[in-house]
Amino acid sequence: MTEFEHNLAKAKKAVSMGKLSRRDFMAFTMASGMTLSASQMMFASAARAEPKKGGHFRAGIGHGSTTDTFDPAHFASGMDFAWGKGLSGAPLVRINPKGAVVPYLAESIEQSNGAKTWVFKIRKGVTFHNGKTLTADDVIGTINYHNGPDSKSPGKAYLTNIAAMKADGPNTVIFDLKGPDAGFPANLANYQFPILSITDGKPDVSGMGAGPYILDGFEPGVRVHFKRNPNAFIPGNFDEVTQLAILDPAARTNAYLAGEVDFIDRADLKTIDMLKAAPNTELYNVSGWEQLTAPMFTNTAPFDKVEVRQALKWAINRQDLVDKILFGYGKAGNDNGLAATMQYATVPEPVYTYDPEKAKSLLKKAGMEGLKVDLSAADAAFAGSVDAALLMAEHAKAAGITINVVREPNDGYWSNVWLKKPWSHCYWGGRPTADAMFSVAMAAEAPWNDTKWKNPRFNELLVAARGETDDPKRAAMYAEMQQILHDDGGWMTLMNTNYVGAMSNKLGHGDFNADLDHDGGYMYDRWWFV
Amino acid sequence: MTQTQTETRVIKARRSYVQNVWRILKTAPPTAIFGMVVIAIYLFCALFAPWIAPYGEADIVGKSYQVSSSEHWLGTDQIGRDTLSRILFGARNTIGIALLTVLISFCIGGVLGIYAAVTRGWLDQILSRLVDVLMSIPVLIFALMLLTMMGKSVWNLVLILAVLDSTRVFRLARNTSLNIVVQDFVEAAKLRGEGMRWIVLREIVPNILPPLIAEFGLRFCFVFLTIAALSFLGVGIQPPTADWGSMVAESKTLITFGRPQPLIPAGAIALLTVAVNFVVDWFLYQTSGLRDEK
Amino acid sequence: MNPVIKTVLQRLGLGLLTLFAVSVIIFSTLELLPGGFAQAILGQGATPETVANINKSLGLDRPAVTRYFEWVGGAVQGEFGISFASAGSGWGSSNARHVSDIIAPRLYNTFFLAAMTAIIAVPIALALGLLCALYRNSWFDRIANALTLTTIASPEFFVAYILVFFLAVKLRWFPPLSTISDTTSFWEHIYKAVLPSLTLTLVIIAHMMRMTRASVISLLSSPYIEMAKLKGLTPKQVILRHALPNAWAPIATVIAFNLAYLVVGVVVVEVVFTYPGIGQLMVDSVSKRDMPVVQACALIFAATYILLNLLADIVSIVTNPRLLHPK
Repeated sequence: MTEFEHNLAKAKKAVSMGKLSRRDFMAFTMASGMTLSASQMMFASAARAEPKKGGHFRAGIGHGSTTDTFDPAHFASGMDFAWGKGLSGAPLVRINPKGAVVPYLAESIEQSNGAKTWVFKIRKGVTFHNGKTLTADDVIGTINYHNGPDSKSPGKAYLTNIAAMKADGPNTVIFDLKGPDAGFPANLANYQFPILSITDGKPDVSGMGAGPYILDGFEPGVRVHFKRNPNAFIPGNFDEVTQLAILDPAARTNAYLAGEVDFIDRADLKTIDMLKAAPNTELYNVSGWEQLTAPMFTNTAPFDKVEVRQALKWAINRQDLVDKILFGYGKAGNDNGLAATMQYATVPEPVYTYDPEKAKSLLKKAGMEGLKVDLSAADAAFAGSVDAALLMAEHAKAAGITINVVREPNDGYWSNVWLKKPWSHCYWGGRPTADAMFSVAMAAEAPWNDTKWKNPRFNELLVAARGETDDPKRAAMYAEMQQILHDDGGWMTLMNTNYVGAMSNKLGHGDFNADLDHDGGYMYDRWWFV
Repeated sequence: MTQTQTETRVIKARRSYVQNVWRILKTAPPTAIFGMVVIAIYLFCALFAPWIAPYGEADIVGKSYQVSSSEHWLGTDQIGRDTLSRILFGARNTIGIALLTVLISFCIGGVLGIYAAVTRGWLDQILSRLVDVLMSIPVLIFALMLLTMMGKSVWNLVLILAVLDSTRVFRLARNTSLNIVVQDFVEAAKLRGEGMRWIVLREIVPNILPPLIAEFGLRFCFVFLTIAALSFLGVGIQPPTADWGSMVAESKTLITFGRPQPLIPAGAIALLTVAVNFVVDWFLYQTSGLRDEK
Repeated sequence: MNPVIKTVLQRLGLGLLTLFAVSVIIFSTLELLPGGFAQAILGQGATPETVANINKSLGLDRPAVTRYFEWVGGAVQGEFGISFASAGSGWGSSNARHVSDIIAPRLYNTFFLAAMTAIIAVPIALALGLLCALYRNSWFDRIANALTLTTIASPEFFVAYILVFFLAVKLRWFPPLSTISDTTSFWEHIYKAVLPSLTLTLVIIAHMMRMTRASVISLLSSPYIEMAKLKGLTPKQVILRHALPNAWAPIATVIAFNLAYLVVGVVVVEVVFTYPGIGQLMVDSVSKRDMPVVQACALIFAATYILLNLLADIVSIVTNPRLLHPK
């Protein structure tokens, strides 16, 4: 293929996915010497290549274990979450690529009573894979399953604001909240909440749902196979879908290169340039909502001094971390608590860069020159945590700070180190809303407030923003909160990660979701074979 | 059989120890010489790593994955540490850890094995049953569990592998000693009134040494491999300590693209294993008493 | 009593004791590991409340000794319990999976791979070992030794990746993944297991070959071999007819050891090829603290080890007239 042909093929594909406008496409082709009419015809034919049905999509996933389960209260790994978001399960709402909530199983969503009452109208005539018609009772039963007193579901954390639910006919559910929450529906887009079929008060957690694909074979920790649900209210594009659990990154890469799978996630970043150059490969590279953090206990010396916290924030070369730990596939953090692609995210000033002199002067002000601190790290916190900690120690030296890297055991890290040691490594996956993120990780009383930070103004704004239905006003409140967190908090976002994988260029797709890997978990019904 | 009958026997001064060693070394086959040279080089690197390595073990001195240059002969690794330095320090850590592990396991297993064979009492029974039990649990998985339990420090790693390995040494030492204990010359020594200590040191140990040394060679190399496998499963030697097994595990994806980086530490392990076993083979051949017609 | 039957009975009795001891050790080790099943499953999302709920529903809030004897009580009746991971699911027990249901297909896969590897590796190792003994200290001997030593001296995953690189990615002769499901046909299973089996062959061959060579050579200085040589037999006849029959005992032991390794020690190869065997299951279950599954796997491993060793001992007795017909 000549370079022109190669570029042309790329341009055609971009057109087919709506990424390249007619004007740009024609400018490209005509600059290459094509006539106007030929170029127009070519654009028309390329643009017609819309989602096609058919094919067997095989995804190699770097998650999965023999303890995988279809019980949404126990979804744990990246293998499971797509099941709830749109493989076999169907939730009430979804997140679109812009990060906004859109109805899915719900037909319409309305709030009243100052965002304290939410009315969900459910699509009529939706059936589960076993033929049973989905009703409001299934919705209520599903929520109760996660929110009941005996619940073991981590999803409970998103539902605590619900005071009562009632069905109004078979296709309407009314949620009464304890306090106003203008962003409530987004919580229900979480992967834990596909609507389950309820029989005699018991949910069916066998993997049967109302989603676009029907479970057709499951070997925990090995593979899951689905076939298209012909009765789906929004059908998927593929005839069949197989998820293969391939935990070893090298094995995943091999499987992709040998054509065993069409997509792999969690590509090994060390070799990403070589993977990118593999034939017929498109890099899946999406700036996600995940944050790799280093929370400091704001109630424990020496981190109880705001100058010390700020000094440490200036003393870390985050760009170097991004370059070396993420191989450039990520963004340096700025301690605003929200990933840049999330709704309401801002960039508080001054942006934290590497400035050891500033760190030194801050420490001097606090009378803490020659600071010595322990930093707990383990690869359980995030891959590369120990390497990152060593790099941080190296950076901080220039500011006269000695960081003693404590290597903690991976097992039990979340029980014994995080929330227990004054300075540790942690990661935060995306939360559906700014409110969810702040409520779960920075609110004064939050169980996972891993900085023990209690800022009155921040907490006041958090409640106020939740009840504010006027969007610009809400945005302003969230902006102020991010500024406070940035200046005063113990929260330190070292890096925002990208989701990096490789996909065959036979796959067509639209814009990607940033909330989770795998196009937000929706790739199985959104993507298609061109 | 070139010796002629007419040769007059001259009484020579006894050869000194050094002369003896030299005489044996001169007869060494090329493989054994190769093995000894390689081992010597490795030991040199291991002992003098801090002086010959151009950079520190964990120092970040450049960008990630630089190719080889005059500054970094073997390039740099994923976070910009000098690969050559890490290989040299790796020699120190890998050989040190393996040697320590094997020595401990031979001390525990060897002493208990011989003792069990000589006394043959209830202690023998208990130890043998215990060893049976420990040997029937897969080493890798058991080591993984114990490391999780005790924490992943290097010392724990050495201790756990040494104890698990000592079961095999115990078996070998006990079984070979048992064969010796029943021999007439041991019986004679006992009748002569020699003490237990004398019998063990002068009669048993010299006779069971060859198989033990052969085992030593193999065990020594298996320790690297077990550590490499543990690193693969995420519980081996923890960063930033450099050891060859972990270095292979860290750079394994590069093989997928036909890149040679992982070959360096893997080759280092392989070469040492071959070298050690060549020397062991020669030693076994020397002590086997087999004299092939040439 | 016939010494073979006597050994078998004695060993089986001891074997049962060993199994019991193994179960105690595994159970107590699991108890001592930091974090429990609930923490492992919930990870970062664990709250004291959800942890307590899970522990309560699985009965993990009771004393360890009670739970152990409850498990033993079931195990002696062949009831190994229900996997925690599946029993943990909420109200319905529809998902609960018996340990035996989880293990059976994986155990079959493990034995399949072990058998396939053994069929390739054992004859090659024996033949190479005998050839090396016959042509000892020749270049053939040295090269064969160096090559096989290199393969065992390389970490398993390294050998595996190199094979995958050449045979799967470059030449595309074999698949890089060995995902086996219950719908996989026998021949497809063999085809998919070629690369893992080849890897394991390279890993175990050296040990068996070297032992064959060493035990045959060690006999060559015996008087009766000297005698056979003086009779004018060719070196080949000496080795095959006189040395080999007496060398079987140590060779059988090493073969048994390696066969046991093929069953219990291949977790790394399973991970690299995503081969659904029992090793990976055990490692997964250990990390999730799923006690019933871990116990069952450990007992299977121990039993395999005991039986294979017993087999090796029987071989030594049968091939040694002095042991077969004691004075």
